[in-house]
Amino acid sequence: MSGEAVDRLPGGKEGEVHAMLDAAYPVVPPDLAARAMARGSRRLRRRRLARTALVLLLLAAVVAAAVWAIAVWPSPPPLNVPPPPGGW
Amino acid sequence: MVSARRRIKEQRRAREFQAFTAGAGGRLLHVATLLTGDPGEAERLVVAALSRTYADWFRMRGEDPYAHARQELTAGYAHRAWRYRRPCGGRLDRLPPRERLVLVLRMYEGLADEQAAAQLGLPTERLRTLCQRAVAAMRSRDPGSRDRSDRDASRAPGGRGPGGSR
Repeated sequence: MSGEAVDRLPGGKEGEVHAMLDAAYPVVPPDLAARAMARGSRRLRRRRLARTALVLLLLAAVVAAAVWAIAVWPSPPPLNVPPPPGGW
Repeated sequence: MVSARRRIKEQRRAREFQAFTAGAGGRLLHVATLLTGDPGEAERLVVAALSRTYADWFRMRGEDPYAHARQELTAGYAHRAWRYRRPCGGRLDRLPPRERLVLVLRMYEGLADEQAAAQLGLPTERLRTLCQRAVAAMRSRDPGSRDRSDRDASRAPGGRGPGGSR
């Protein structure tokens, strides 16, 4: 951490580089936020669409599995089983 | 009902994001300009990074939006670093892309060695080496400090050392 403080000293070896990096700030175009928001909205929409598709797919899979399970379910054995022959 | 709630949420997102961009846009653009050396390309990078920050606005729990945007910016730059290997103007001209990244994160953004290393996925020692090399290279070609850098020439050799072109 003490090295950091030394780096920040003006005129130090790295202070020169600092000055070089700090000079001449660029002009921010006024529509920067609007463009980022337009692209971000597209990204969000795609993300929501993908999530909806995934949910629908899972739902369809669950329904299909249920239908299949009902179709292949074995019918229960008849309840009125005759008494074993021989008896008393 | 749901759509009304969503509309309110989106309005909040837009409002907060606009306030954030008004404050941080200039600095991000400066970082991108330092990295790419080309204003148009820098703007493209910043818009891409900010769009991700916008989309993730409610996802970063407690994270600083600026740190998020910077992370996206450096990732976007590193992803297509091969494009910037040629000298393309700007103040960090002729530094290889990774040294530019190290120099900007470490010197301009003021991240600690460990943080910068974690962000770039480098070992801390390697980052220190890259940073020293980049500083030496910058000083040796800065016309303003030519006299001093000549005197320091033995201590701070300009250009890249072996392995610098990787």
